[in-house]
Amino acid sequence: MIKRVWLLPWIGLFLSLPAKAAWEVNITPGATAISREVYDLHMIIFWICVAIGVVVFGVMFWSIFHHRKSRGAEARNFHENTAVEILWTLIPFVILIAMAIPATATLIKMYDNTDSDIDIQVTGYQWKWRYQYLGQDIDFFSSLSTPREQINNEAAKGENYLLEVDNPLVLPVGQKVRFLFTAADVIHSWWVPDLAVKKDAIPGFINESWAIPEEPGIYRGQCTELCGRDHGFMPIVVEVKSQADFDLWLADTRNAAQAQAAAASEEWTLEQLMERGEQVYNTSCAACHQATGQGIPGAFPALVGSPMVTTDIDAHINIVLHGKAGTAMQAFGAQLNAVDLAAVITYERNAWGNDTGDSVSPQRITELQQ
Amino acid sequence: MDTTLSVDSTEHGHGPAKGLGRWFFTTNHKDIGTLYLWFSLLMFLTGGCMALMIRAELFQPGLQLVQPEFFNQMTTMHGLIMVFGAVMPAFVGLANWMIPIMVGAPDMALPRMNNWSFWILPFAFSLMLSTLFMEGGGPNFGWTFYAPLSTTYAPPSVTFFIFAVHMMGFSSIMGAINIIATILNMRAPGMTMMKLPLFVWTWLITAFLLIAVMPVLAGVVTMMLMDIHFGTSFFNAAGGGDPVLFQHVFWFFGHPEVYIMILPAFGIVSEIIPTFARKKLFGYASMVYATSSIALLSFLVWAHHMFTVGLPLAGELFFMYATMLIAVPTGVKVFNWVATMFHGSMTFETPMLFALAFVVLFTIGGFSGLMLAIAPADFQYHDTYFVVAHFHYVLVPGAIFSIMAGAYYWLPKWTGHMLNERLGKAHFWLSFIGVNVTFFPMHFLGLAGMPRRIPDYALQFADFNAVASVGAFIFGLSQLLFVYNIISCIRGGERATDQVWEGSHGLEWTLPSPAPYHTFTQPPVIK
Ligand code: HEC
Ligand SMILES: [Cu+2]
Repeated sequence: MIKRVWLLPWIGLFLSLPAKAAWEVNITPGATAISREVYDLHMIIFWICVAIGVVVFGVMFWSIFHHRKSRGAEARNFHENTAVEILWTLIPFVILIAMAIPATATLIKMYDNTDSDIDIQVTGYQWKWRYQYLGQDIDFFSSLSTPREQINNEAAKGENYLLEVDNPLVLPVGQKVRFLFTAADVIHSWWVPDLAVKKDAIPGFINESWAIPEEPGIYRGQCTELCGRDHGFMPIVVEVKSQADFDLWLADTRNAAQAQAAAASEEWTLEQLMERGEQVYNTSCAACHQATGQGIPGAFPALVGSPMVTTDIDAHINIVLHGKAGTAMQAFGAQLNAVDLAAVITYERNAWGNDTGDSVSPQRITELQQ
Repeated sequence: MDTTLSVDSTEHGHGPAKGLGRWFFTTNHKDIGTLYLWFSLLMFLTGGCMALMIRAELFQPGLQLVQPEFFNQMTTMHGLIMVFGAVMPAFVGLANWMIPIMVGAPDMALPRMNNWSFWILPFAFSLMLSTLFMEGGGPNFGWTFYAPLSTTYAPPSVTFFIFAVHMMGFSSIMGAINIIATILNMRAPGMTMMKLPLFVWTWLITAFLLIAVMPVLAGVVTMMLMDIHFGTSFFNAAGGGDPVLFQHVFWFFGHPEVYIMILPAFGIVSEIIPTFARKKLFGYASMVYATSSIALLSFLVWAHHMFTVGLPLAGELFFMYATMLIAVPTGVKVFNWVATMFHGSMTFETPMLFALAFVVLFTIGGFSGLMLAIAPADFQYHDTYFVVAHFHYVLVPGAIFSIMAGAYYWLPKWTGHMLNERLGKAHFWLSFIGVNVTFFPMHFLGLAGMPRRIPDYALQFADFNAVASVGAFIFGLSQLLFVYNIISCIRGGERATDQVWEGSHGLEWTLPSPAPYHTFTQPPVIK
């Protein structure tokens, strides 16, 4: 018993740890009927395990305490008992059947993807999500918005550190939303605990799942399938709005898309393109090619001094628009609008001492894309 | 018995060869066992350093020590090294040392092959570790190396990784053949199957699992190789292939693999508990049947690792039920161990402490496994720290504690010296505390929503991560005590008797301590 004293300094250490955040220990009951069912299943199976544990460990510690040689215990001589052995095979079996019934019922409900009110295709990319509202003419990318300085400990971390995005997925409350998951490169997995939806996004496959969010609010999740370098940096934010707010959002988003298209026919100076290009580069390209343009040797090529970036402008535009099959270099033609594409290419050709003086106009991109 | 043995071995003058050549060319099962065990210890410490690197980075939110690409290489290498370099070779080492002397055989059935199966390993692991220094870095796609992250999107060093996996596969298959041949053909007269010590039984079943699934692993890495270099599209959707096929094949290997890492542990614990409870193992026959049924079921549950890939409902249900079923034979084992302790006369030497901790903590890992089997709930657990907690509970205080228990249990027989109990107990308590402080909070992290394999995390996960990192360093550093203990036990200590432990039974305890270089050159008589 004296050995327990060893524990004291450690207990002290843990008590003194800063109590800055909640010591959250359990899954969330969530925001849908299904997520609450899942939570209940989780709690039932948890308590079953606790009960079995109490009995088994109880007997074990009771024996350890009473049947020890130092207390003069003599070993008895039994070493089998068919009745007991059959019994303790059957009892767990019965418990498991009792557990399997509600689990099956919930699973069947989760697999009922019919009668949806709204369908959204979710595509995983290295390392962002694309949301396409089918038949609604809405299509956008959603990527991490936490600034690099916070990640590199050069700035204080915000409240939603690593769980914030530029464009959240917006859903109407009380509607059955069907998600269609796929991926453009490697396997990702889309998980929002409050919706109890976790489904792999697999290239070449379409997976389905659904949710009916019951309360307006903001729900956060993350990619849960290792998908390369920035796997830890592709969060999901779902904003559930009332129907009226949702309709407003739909209209706003469509208008913004039109304004973007109009911007493509304006004249852009080199400075304007550079300024915009730096932003685009940092959100869309820096994860691989690095903010310095130096890349990561053996994985992602340096753009500084690259022959393609400093001379062959057509090849440069081509690889950014169409990517390179069989490598991590994605086709950005469908991901970015013409202005962003022109800006980022211009930026790459002039940043980090590349200084080619070339400027690519949005019109040139639009023409190429027709 | 003893006299005939020693006379026999001096007469033939078959002592160990002199110098380093002894270790390179040896065909002696004890030498090869020793090599395996040292190798696995070295790998355990290497993989452990990687784990500490991971925990150091995760001590606080933000990127402090390493960049994500290196972090991914660390998680991958840590997993591969611990599974293929530490746990599996340790069990093979114990099998080499103990199986012949437990069944009364003079050596393994195929001694020269035995030498090869060991000596492949250092080359395989040097090759694999060398990838860390190649351009683009080493494997960074997780120890489960899901395609296409491990094919189209892999660093160039993946080819060396594939080659290393092939070498490990050869080694394991040869080791398994050898063990099966030894157990089936070399038992002393009178050593019937139902008299085999449980460690031998569990290893026999494990060896069959190895032969069944290592070729599957070889197959899946070969398919990767073809995709990467020969233009096939097994796993490439753009070429008409199927990335999910990779997971089916991988886990058809991978799930039996986890039993490969736990069945021998069951065997060791089933040897130790009766010794220190001074009472025969309860339910020997049901232990054998339970082990066999676990092994059979292990071929029918692979897709419980894939509940979120979009299996059809019927598949989902089948794999959920089959997985839940495994709890039954596993439960039988735990009940048998507890019943063995019940009305025994227990003492708590170091091997027993590790064995008892095994029973409790492995069972906790079993409970979380049962929770993970419930498919709808698994959607919330899958690929989170809850899974990390689960498999570390079954592998660290499970497999690894059993290996430590076995090492402490048999060390006196190997070295002829008793170990230092005080140090052994210190090692136990530090490891026990370290393991729980490290891995218990991971359950909470997972349930609260932290995905696995991420180098940085949201602020609400900070506290438990800090705790886990502290625990990891306690656990890691206390293994230095283990190393010190082993070395000092080899160098000296109280002389061990032949029987070593008061309650030990079995052929190995009839031999002198240390066991002579050649044993049972004439078969023992079994009553
Ligand atoms: C997911 C990682 C990733 C992202 C994000 C990424 N790239 Fe690439 N990029 C690559 C890889 C890998 C290559 C090398 C392809 C090859 O093998 O030729 C590459 C090649 C290039 C090249 C050709 C370089 C040369 O010298 O051959 C250019 C130009 C380029 N990328 C521009 C961009 C731009 C612009 C963006 C952002 C809009 C971007 N990349 C985003 C991975 C990425
Ligand atoms: Cu991802």
